[in-house]
Amino acid sequence: MNIPLDHYLMLSAFLFAIGLCGALSRKNAIIVLIGIEIMFNAGILNLIAFWHYKYFTSVTAQMFAIFAISIAAAESAIGLALVIAVYRHYKSVDVDEMASLKG
Amino acid sequence: MDHAALQHLAQQQWLIPLFPLVAAAIQSLLPRGQRKLSAGLCIVAMGASCILAVRAFLATLGTEHHEVERAFFNFTWFQFGNTHLDMGLLLDPLTAGMAVMVAFVGFWIFVNATGYMAEDDNFTRFFCFQSLFAASMLGLVVSNNLLLLYICWELVGLCSYLLIGFWYFKPAAAAAMKKAFITTRIGDVGFFLGILMLYWKTGTLNLYTADHTGALEQAGALAHLAGWWGLSAASTIAFLLFIGALGKSAQFPLHVWLPDAMEGPTPVSALIHAATMVAAGVFMVGRMFPLFTAEPGNWVMDFVMWVGCFTAVFSATIAVAQFDIKRVLAYSTCSQLGFMVMALGAGSLAAGQFHLLTHAFFKALLFLGSGCVIIGTHHEQDMRKMGGLKKYMPITFWCYLIGMLALCGVPPFAGFFSKDEVLLETFRRSKVAWGLATFAAFLTAFYMTRQMFMVFAGKWRGGQPDHGHGHADHDTPDDHGSGHHGGEPHEVSWNMWLPLVVLSAFAIGLGFFSQQYGQYLGVEGGEAPEGKALVMGSSVAVGALGILLGWLIYGRRTMEHATEEDPLSASLGVLFTVLNRKWYIDELYEVTIIRFTAVCGVFLRLFDKLVVDGILHAIAWSFWGVSQLFRWLGDEFFINGGFDSSCESVRLGGKTLAKLQSGRVQNYFRVLSLGAAILLLIYFFT
Repeated sequence: MNIPLDHYLMLSAFLFAIGLCGALSRKNAIIVLIGIEIMFNAGILNLIAFWHYKYFTSVTAQMFAIFAISIAAAESAIGLALVIAVYRHYKSVDVDEMASLKG
Repeated sequence: MDHAALQHLAQQQWLIPLFPLVAAAIQSLLPRGQRKLSAGLCIVAMGASCILAVRAFLATLGTEHHEVERAFFNFTWFQFGNTHLDMGLLLDPLTAGMAVMVAFVGFWIFVNATGYMAEDDNFTRFFCFQSLFAASMLGLVVSNNLLLLYICWELVGLCSYLLIGFWYFKPAAAAAMKKAFITTRIGDVGFFLGILMLYWKTGTLNLYTADHTGALEQAGALAHLAGWWGLSAASTIAFLLFIGALGKSAQFPLHVWLPDAMEGPTPVSALIHAATMVAAGVFMVGRMFPLFTAEPGNWVMDFVMWVGCFTAVFSATIAVAQFDIKRVLAYSTCSQLGFMVMALGAGSLAAGQFHLLTHAFFKALLFLGSGCVIIGTHHEQDMRKMGGLKKYMPITFWCYLIGMLALCGVPPFAGFFSKDEVLLETFRRSKVAWGLATFAAFLTAFYMTRQMFMVFAGKWRGGQPDHGHGHADHDTPDDHGSGHHGGEPHEVSWNMWLPLVVLSAFAIGLGFFSQQYGQYLGVEGGEAPEGKALVMGSSVAVGALGILLGWLIYGRRTMEHATEEDPLSASLGVLFTVLNRKWYIDELYEVTIIRFTAVCGVFLRLFDKLVVDGILHAIAWSFWGVSQLFRWLGDEFFINGGFDSSCESVRLGGKTLAKLQSGRVQNYFRVLSLGAAILLLIYFFT
């Protein structure tokens, strides 16, 4: 079973578009974070697909992918912590209300 | 004492005024509650000055040869270009004797003041001013430079202003302080002109210098230079300087401030009348004496003598008809200063200065005594409401008696010798002046006797407990609380009478040194001039006559009630009223000089309003018009307009851009995505 590279790239672009739509259109900060995560993963999928079809002998791309996943995990943890902090302050997670740097 | 040691002491003369000056500086920072510290500081500083002054005095003594021992120390105060202003310190017999007197009398006045001012709220302020007063006077005495002397002279004037108006909330005191300041200032104009002329003619203000080019050492040369009014330069300068002394030493016609100076606290009166203020004028004339005598046979010396003589008689007549205990003494001071000035005018430095010294002791004694009387009778100053105080205040009485006898010139007391010297010197110069002065001496004896009987003899006339506080100056801050001692007079505390006792000793003993003082100053005297017996005899006789007359009028039957008419008033009639009102001099000045000045003032004010203000306003209005024009044309339109519009556009831009910074993260993100999309499209289709 041989899936051509194009399919992976199409999936990746699709995922990225879904994530972008979510991040841009939703008011809930958690949904925005989820959208960002989806875009992240779309990028990683893209990276892995290219590695698999073009540079299979090297491990560099795999390492980059693992780094990116762990960084994305850390980033989402920080993002969620921020959302909780914001929620404690505003009693809301609406991103439109978080328009001010003043506490 | 060799000259080097004397020189060394002269360098240290500045320490004498330094102590009270430092004390004053410290006291100006003390809180009001620190009474003991303030008074203690003041007295200790004065004591230290006194010790130094005595040390310097002893050093100038003990010369066998007749040459005057004189040491000085000049230094440059500051320099600009080739001109330099000098300061100098002097140690010679005149200075040394004077410094001892000022420091010593000042010391005991301070001690007395601790009692007199005990109940005053502003005790520390008082001692601060007094300390400064003493410091400036001591500075005046030790200066070897006319500039330094002038600075101290003005400081003395300032301090007397501050102290006369110490109770400035009393209108009379506020008026008196201004009067004293302005009147002496009139004299100071002359003094200042004299200093300027001296500097102009000699190029130095140092009195003595090492190379003998000091102002006084050039007096001989100045006598050959032409001055003004047909006088030589030396005499012109002397005359101008004498105008200063006229104001300071309260000589006619500038004597009016001195009696009003009674508004100050009594220790101040003692200080002004004995040790400092008025002594400054006579001392200055004595200091500058070589200028006065440089050109023999001109009218300046006669002028000095006649002013003194006239003041002596004139003030003595006023003193006869006063009822205020301090006012009698004030006019007596005027009169005695007249004696001193007269002696100087007659050409005798020794007699004038010696009378200044002895007078300082017994007049300080009398003033402090009157202060004790005032405290003892609960702030009564009217002699008619006193009487019988001998019984209540024995120590004060005996000391006062000594002072009175010294002032009257009764033989063994100090005043006899010094006054005798003065009369003798005057006798040699002018028989008429001598006659008048003898008459003044008679009046002196008379009014002092009158005062003694009114105050100390008879029975107590004021202060029944019910109207013990009915007197006029009820508003003095140190007024006793009502019912404090009842209405009875009482003896004062030891710190008030002790100075009297000490000063009494000098009032008795000082006179015996009159011959030595003359030699000490280096003035040749000695040989008995003709008329000595006559002068001395007449002096004693008029003294006795005055006392006798005083006893006849006031002593045989003392006053019974405070409201009783003065027996002298009955016999003298209108004249008594005239004397009581001080020959209407104040009123005369009021309608002449003051009214004239006021009219001038009104006229000048009109001139100022109409002409000067008119011109100024015209200039101002024209400038205003021009500026309005510029404002409308240039400023408002071009500059402001241009500036405003550029500001406005910057503001608009800012407003627009500020909208981008909404803080909405999703907006930023949208823009970012859009940009990325556009970049991608560009990438794909090019």
